[in-house]
Amino acid sequence: MTVDQTDPTNEPWEYAPSTQSTDVVDIASRYGLWIHGEEVDPASGSYFATTNPATEDRIAEVASGDRVDIDRAVKSARSATKGWASLPAAERSKYLFRIARLVQERSRELAVLESLDGGKPIKESRDIDVNLVAAHFFYYAGWADKLEYAFAGLDPKPLGVAGQIIPWNFPLLMLAWKVAPALATGNTVVLKPAETTPLTALVFAQITAEAGLPPGVLNIVTGAGDTGAALAAHDGIDKIAFTGSTAVGKNIQKVAAANNTRVTLELGGKGAHIVFDDAAIDQAIEGVINGIFFNQGHVCCAGSRLLVQESIRDVFLDRLRTRISTLRVGDPLDKNTDVGAVNSKAQLARIEELVAAGKDEGNDWFQSDCALPSDGYFFAPTVFTDVAQSSRIAQEEIFGPVLSVMTFRTAAEAVEKANNTPYGLSAGIWTNKGSRILWMADRMRSGVVWANTFNKFDPASPFGGYQESGFGREGGRHGLLPYLESGVA
Amino acid sequence: MSRLAVNKTYKLYVNGAFPRSESGRVVSVSDPKGNVIARVAHASRKDLRDAVKAAIGAQASWAARTGYNRGQILYRIAEVLEDRAETFVGALKTLGHSQRSATNETQAAIDRLVWYAGWCDKFSQFSGNVNPVSGPFFNISAPEPTGVVGLLAPGVHPLLGMVSRLAPALVPGNTTVAVTPTDHATVAIDFAEVVHASDVPAGVINILTGDHEELAPWLARHAGVNAIDLSGADRELRRVAGELASATVMRVIPGPPAEDKVDWLAAAHQSPYIIEKFTETKTVWHPKGQ
Repeated sequence: MTVDQTDPTNEPWEYAPSTQSTDVVDIASRYGLWIHGEEVDPASGSYFATTNPATEDRIAEVASGDRVDIDRAVKSARSATKGWASLPAAERSKYLFRIARLVQERSRELAVLESLDGGKPIKESRDIDVNLVAAHFFYYAGWADKLEYAFAGLDPKPLGVAGQIIPWNFPLLMLAWKVAPALATGNTVVLKPAETTPLTALVFAQITAEAGLPPGVLNIVTGAGDTGAALAAHDGIDKIAFTGSTAVGKNIQKVAAANNTRVTLELGGKGAHIVFDDAAIDQAIEGVINGIFFNQGHVCCAGSRLLVQESIRDVFLDRLRTRISTLRVGDPLDKNTDVGAVNSKAQLARIEELVAAGKDEGNDWFQSDCALPSDGYFFAPTVFTDVAQSSRIAQEEIFGPVLSVMTFRTAAEAVEKANNTPYGLSAGIWTNKGSRILWMADRMRSGVVWANTFNKFDPASPFGGYQESGFGREGGRHGLLPYLESGVA
Repeated sequence: MSRLAVNKTYKLYVNGAFPRSESGRVVSVSDPKGNVIARVAHASRKDLRDAVKAAIGAQASWAARTGYNRGQILYRIAEVLEDRAETFVGALKTLGHSQRSATNETQAAIDRLVWYAGWCDKFSQFSGNVNPVSGPFFNISAPEPTGVVGLLAPGVHPLLGMVSRLAPALVPGNTTVAVTPTDHATVAIDFAEVVHASDVPAGVINILTGDHEELAPWLARHAGVNAIDLSGADRELRRVAGELASATVMRVIPGPPAEDKVDWLAAAHQSPYIIEKFTETKTVWHPKGQ
């Protein structure tokens, strides 16, 4: 720790644990698939365990859906399209409002379950994820009966059945990003949650039943990569929406091309934080910390590269080192925890591999000296400094709490370096000069630019990538169009 | 005494110049009766790479021009095309179009260019908006050009089909590489000459005459191409190009299916939503405070 221990005012505070009770959640020992408005057994009869990454304890068994189950779910979704699309739009809207309200009512339960199954700190799942889920359904509920005003000159129609595959980093929030606009636009859905985080989606299925959503409008098939592949390749879907890695996204785009299926992709990123010498340093430090350590760095739009102007490099890194030493890493259910558990053993191995590569390439590095729990999957916040642009840790998405720092002298050099990856999802700009913010924002090849802030999300704000970070937008008015037949070729 | 006509050599249009194919290949173009009317350049993979390189080089400065300026240049193309309308009516008739069809196509192409010219300084207002986020932030979404657009130009209406897809790609600031089938190459290169006389910066529009089947795979797998428009491709080529495009997450814009004998004169083929297909939406956040 670099804090000056001789100055009593600099003593880091000790925190007593403040653990969120899990009593609010009633977890079944086993979950089936959700098809046509009811829980059903998988065709294969096989189940897999979902575990708590903070303890490695088994939480529940979840059905392993295969090709047969996907087919059954797609048929159910197809059978529901006519009734759902022909429902008066105001009624469709009211179903979504109901769902939003039920999510709010059960928000604590959902937050705890999200943290148990995925490892994210309870203060994030409670204050960010679940709130945004309800907000997303509320936002799109209001669009459902106003589509004729969303796009001038169009008379848009639903596509039919949407296949949706979501990742493990924001399990319920990614469900909301996919399901809310799809249902608002009159489509029916087959959703495949991530293998390591299926539980909140299955509780969400119960919420839709409580809301009275007609059978078949939303189907959920749990399983691993093969289950998702079977969904993407099914010839009964009209559209596939995928959020996940760029490698898998490319496969899905290829399969969609072969089947002539519409596709939208929200893929990886290697976002750059650019800090100019006139930036408000303390705020920039908080932004950089949030940008890479929020959700253990499991964020596609994470600011995983820091470009700091050469003249303030030393002071900025000093403060960064101090701030990192104060991050509390550990039990996701402790309300004090800043950085929770890495989502899975496989992801921890991926982070360890890339960090080892970063060290092998000779990059300088430092790490928080925080104590890590003995059980579970944890990784200490890590910073590489003076990283070469060609280094793997400057080019590849790590998807963990690992920051790669580089420097620049001029704004033009910062643009060049920031844009120097195949990705294009997010960028952060820190400067007090307004004209420079706008000049930089124009030149970022990325779908989201946060200026003097970072990692802000809102249902009204379109989100999505340039280049190999994918295409299509989720959120806002723009997020409706990928689920509509516009009639324009 | 009768005068001997001076025939035109049809070459490619790359980076504001008219080179022959580096391969030296030419192919004969015939009228419907089988009479050879021209020998046109048959573009190679290397020509395609040269054209993409030119388009990449021209993209930033084309996008950096004001919408007003891009609009004036598109309007200028329409002006020059109007001036040479008889050339195009004649060229289309030579390829077998009736006087009426050739005249309609040429006039529609001119009018479509004027229509898209007017979008250049308006499109961002159409496609973008301020987002009412729940917090003290200014948040705006606006369209930006995708970058370099490859176009498999349709052949049935060689002038209007190409204009219908090139113009919306150019509006937001993309640069383009169009591949047009050799049997319609005369019209495509006549159009390149119009472009050349219209203040279009070198590299913004590149036109190759060649085989879609041969060049589409190279276009679809070129990492410097950001989007590919398949309006002129048949179903099988759409599949092939679409699969290859996935290697770089290239945007694939299907366009109207060629098998359907598209009526390019239809109003559905000019729309700001076609411009939107050639754009990326960028969202910018900034805090509000005192």
